[in-house]
Amino acid sequence: MFQETQQNIKHKKTERLFRILFLMMVLLLITPVLMILGTLIVKGGPAISLEFLFTNPTNGMTEGGLFPALLGTIWLVVVALLASVPLGIAAALYLSEYAPDNWLTRAINLAIVNLAGVPSIVHALFGVGAFVIFFDFGTSILAASLTLAVMTLPVVIVATRESLQAVPQAFREACWNMGATRWQTIRRVVLPNAISGILTGIILEVSRTAGETAPIMFTGAAFYLPFLPESVFDQTMALALHLFVVATQVPNVPPSMPYGVALVLISIVLLFNAMSITFRMYLRGQKKW
Amino acid sequence: MTGRAVNNTIQTDDSPDLDWYIDRIVQVLMFIGGISAIVLIIGIFIFVTREGISFIFNDLDFAEFFASPRWRPTSEWRATYGILALIVGTASITGLAMMIAIPFSLGSAIFISEFATGKYKEYLKVLVELLAAIPSVVWGFIGLTIMNPLIIQIFNVPVGLNVLNAGLILGLMAAPIITSIAEDALKAVPDGFREAAEAMGATKWQVIYKVVLPAAKNGLLGAVLLGVGRGFGETMAVLMASGHAINLPENIFDSVRALTATIAAELGETAVGSVHYQSLFTIGIFLFLITFMINLTADLVVRGVKKG
Repeated sequence: MFQETQQNIKHKKTERLFRILFLMMVLLLITPVLMILGTLIVKGGPAISLEFLFTNPTNGMTEGGLFPALLGTIWLVVVALLASVPLGIAAALYLSEYAPDNWLTRAINLAIVNLAGVPSIVHALFGVGAFVIFFDFGTSILAASLTLAVMTLPVVIVATRESLQAVPQAFREACWNMGATRWQTIRRVVLPNAISGILTGIILEVSRTAGETAPIMFTGAAFYLPFLPESVFDQTMALALHLFVVATQVPNVPPSMPYGVALVLISIVLLFNAMSITFRMYLRGQKKW
Repeated sequence: MTGRAVNNTIQTDDSPDLDWYIDRIVQVLMFIGGISAIVLIIGIFIFVTREGISFIFNDLDFAEFFASPRWRPTSEWRATYGILALIVGTASITGLAMMIAIPFSLGSAIFISEFATGKYKEYLKVLVELLAAIPSVVWGFIGLTIMNPLIIQIFNVPVGLNVLNAGLILGLMAAPIITSIAEDALKAVPDGFREAAEAMGATKWQVIYKVVLPAAKNGLLGAVLLGVGRGFGETMAVLMASGHAINLPENIFDSVRALTATIAAELGETAVGSVHYQSLFTIGIFLFLITFMINLTADLVVRGVKKG
């Protein structure tokens, strides 16, 4: 048997030291956030009721519920998805199934990284310059949703591309050998095998879109509206902006009100995110190849 | 290449059939989708520039813009457009945030990637992913309502909305993002490297310090750069937690104002086409160019790994 030398013992000590140090770092990173979430639940929980979710704000937004904001967020997310999902899937299909390894493909990849990295307020400026003014949609759900769609496009592209690339190359080759065209192969073999992964990406995008504030501030979301939106050309209230408004812009709001709004917003965002993660883990367990 | 469906009866002519045409059309549609990201990124630059360009040519005094700390676009006597204080504000908040986020996220990434195992590792990864999903307006709200009184109480200062508050919030926001990108970079180091080192009798820490970290160096640097870019462009959280006062900060308890927050706070109150409105778009161009450069550098750094 080997005898532990002095050096062995010293090395083991170093290793244990670093292990503990890094574990502390993880804990220090996670604990404050969990404490903050706990505070939100404790302080916001009592404000939440069916009435809070399904009535209009009243008395200068100091009382009542957040129904118009909730409905507005659903409008914004749905319209944004209608624009970004088809475009994002097409982009991912091109990158995964068609693109050769050349400068153009590298430029596309760089553009995707940049699209995700441009500050959200610059996306807002783009939305104002392009959709509100140039295409003349005015401040509307359409303009705000398109701005959100541009901003969250990389989420769909990256998730879709990953699930397309997870489909084994042999599946495609087998199909080509039967004389199928590229599109027939994609539609009958690649997409059916990747569809659940794509869905995971879309759910993740819902979570991302619902929480954004800056891109919708000047493109279509209003501080307060006495009526509900009827078409994509109307303005709307939105949950994320509503939190900003009741937290900073409205005087004499009872403290439980913004906590309640924050709790509803973060619940929606984390719920969709958790759904996406659970779905992804389930799929990983299901995979047959 | 055309790969069209071949009829198994005697058909030898190579004239394209319907499937061939569909295939071609779809290929074009996919290509359009593929280049959409490039079109959009150029579109963002063009449309933001389009609104700000006349300010750059007519009203912009470069020396004043970058060197004057006086941002007084609404002054009736003489409007001045100096963004120095805003740049210093953004830099001080991002700097403090990175001082907190970088060591903690690299440490966390090493722990998750190298020390944690099995279910435990999965749980930590999920938790980090969920933390990264918290919307920035919620972070801003936390800075405003939870951190603000805490800072006033602990440090006995009159105002809790300052560089410290915004820096802490931004650090907590950026950390999960840097952690998960850094963790990917560590995961990309082939297990063969670790096994070879272990076979030579190296302890776990020696493997990490002498083998894994040098191999993942560029990926980790890329993660840090992306984190800096994210912090630099953060808007709502910084707007709500920084105090939003135009100020050259002397210490971390001074309130400051960030570039992004200035646009968010003022754009709603300006008339379309006014000089003030155009100056905000000019700040937007500046932000776009800086983040573009940061992302480009990160991309080049990470690409260096793949080549080397």
